[in-house]
Amino acid sequence: MDVFSYFNYWVVVVLMMLGFFIVIARGNLVKKLIGLNIFQTSVFILYISAGKVMGGAAPILADGVELYSNPLPHVLILTAIVVGIATTSVGLALVVRIHAAYGTVEEADILEQDATC
Amino acid sequence: MLSQLPLLPVLLPLLGAPACALLRRPLAAWVFSCAVSVLALAAAIALLAATWQQGVLSYALGGWAAPWGIEYRIDLLNALVLLLVSAMGAAVLLGARASVWREIPEHKRTLFFVAYLLCLAGLLGIAATGDAFNLFVFLEISSLATYALVATGRDRRALVAAYNYLVMGTIGATFILIGIGFVYMLTGTLNMADLAQRLPAVGQSRTAFAAYAFIVVGVCLKLALFPLHLWLPGAYTRAPSIVTVFLAATATKVALYVLIRFSFTVFQVEYSILALPLETVFVVLGVVAVFAGSLVAVFEPDLKRGLAYSSVAQVGYMVIGVGLGTVAGLQASLIHLFNHAIMKGTLFMALAAVVLRLGGSTYAQMQGVGRSMPITTACLLLGGLSLIGVPGTAGFISKWYLVTAAADREQWLLVLLILAGSLLTAVYIWRLVETAYLAPRQSPASIAPRALEAPAGLLAVLVVLALANIYFGLDTRLPVQTAGGAANGLLAAVLP
Repeated sequence: MDVFSYFNYWVVVVLMMLGFFIVIARGNLVKKLIGLNIFQTSVFILYISAGKVMGGAAPILADGVELYSNPLPHVLILTAIVVGIATTSVGLALVVRIHAAYGTVEEADILEQDATC
Repeated sequence: MLSQLPLLPVLLPLLGAPACALLRRPLAAWVFSCAVSVLALAAAIALLAATWQQGVLSYALGGWAAPWGIEYRIDLLNALVLLLVSAMGAAVLLGARASVWREIPEHKRTLFFVAYLLCLAGLLGIAATGDAFNLFVFLEISSLATYALVATGRDRRALVAAYNYLVMGTIGATFILIGIGFVYMLTGTLNMADLAQRLPAVGQSRTAFAAYAFIVVGVCLKLALFPLHLWLPGAYTRAPSIVTVFLAATATKVALYVLIRFSFTVFQVEYSILALPLETVFVVLGVVAVFAGSLVAVFEPDLKRGLAYSSVAQVGYMVIGVGLGTVAGLQASLIHLFNHAIMKGTLFMALAAVVLRLGGSTYAQMQGVGRSMPITTACLLLGGLSLIGVPGTAGFISKWYLVTAAADREQWLLVLLILAGSLLTAVYIWRLVETAYLAPRQSPASIAPRALEAPAGLLAVLVVLALANIYFGLDTRLPVQTAGGAANGLLAAVLP
């Protein structure tokens, strides 16, 4: 039963490992960035899950509501999402420049070109 | 005005960056950035003076009281790092014109200064904030600006270096984010001072161990501690010369500050030692970093890349000091943090002048440079001597304190290893001497025709930095007393 009550956290762990694996194992620079994104997203889910209070309402003051979810992690993660978008866009911009300079986005080809010149 | 002081060093460059983007002309952007960074430096000096007089300064951002709002909390350690970063930021920028004009295409120069100011704002923000999540945000501000700065290098390999740094840096920052998330789940607070009070109650839980482990690994990626240093040599070598000076003098130093802050304030030292065998891990990794970094530096044909590896080695020395876990060790680490910024600032600044005039920094290109660029080479050599730790230079002071701290713990093997590391440094600095002064001057065809001294602006900053190496080797009051005070403050909570 416990396994299912921590469902969100299992998703977090699986996504985190998937993302991390893609970053390490893939040679394609765009795929690496996708992996990085999955990795970051798993942390967003971690924060959002931590903010949820079982049976809690949305954190808006209302009559007759006693229990609220914690809004702070959600606000924090909004900031982190913005940071993630900025990182992805800087990364993709670099990949575009790398493609223009090397004519490829495969790490192995780039290393080969650098080694020969 | 004085009550707003803790905010000013961060606010000035943070607001200055978008304002700078509005300036069309690169020269105006440069003058404006210089003015902003000098003002930030003035604020940091005032802040250090204020912390000496009044102790810890606390500033509630937006008037929201501490545990809920974001607090800027300036003690001696913060003030020292703020002073160092803003001083190096201003000095590098003042000398940057000639080198930036040579290496950055005209339409990118304004944006280059914008990114520089953003990076400065991020680094100063890390050093000023007392809020763990705010620290993460500033870390990412400075990192993103750094990726852009590194990518402006002329060589296409700069792009690959920036990309690799981006991937590694983001993994590091995300690890820190996970760690901060865990401590927030445990304690419900993000304020560092508040965390320090609440963590001991839950300190033995596995979540707290995991949080500390994530934060340490994440910070060590940023710090480029061996074996997580792989991004550093590429980024330092391929980045524009000015960016390398700035990064070498500030970025790793701020990362070390974060490591110290989390290990000693937030997680408190006793607990940190309990969580991980801190002493062994840091001392061993530090020693390995010293030798691995120095050995690669000895055999590296390009001096700029060699000095980048030497930075990996020097980070090792700082981490050894942290690993000793005593007031003396921490003090040595902080002194080296301060002095190493000056040394590497001098060395890379001199290399910026060499690259400006000779087009490269390989030993082959630098043959006989001592005769064509005497002042630059003298400064380069002075920085090198300081790096070795010759008496009378700043480097000697930090080595002295580090060796004394190790001897206090009766770790004689460590003392021996630190001294042996210095010998390795001497090897590659000697190689520089040989190339610059003793090697025959290259044939006129292969040497650039205008191999003259660097322009006055760059040279003036370089000479000031080089003289600072000697000044802080003789008059050690500023770094030693501030570092001592900061180390006492950090360990006061746990030591009797």
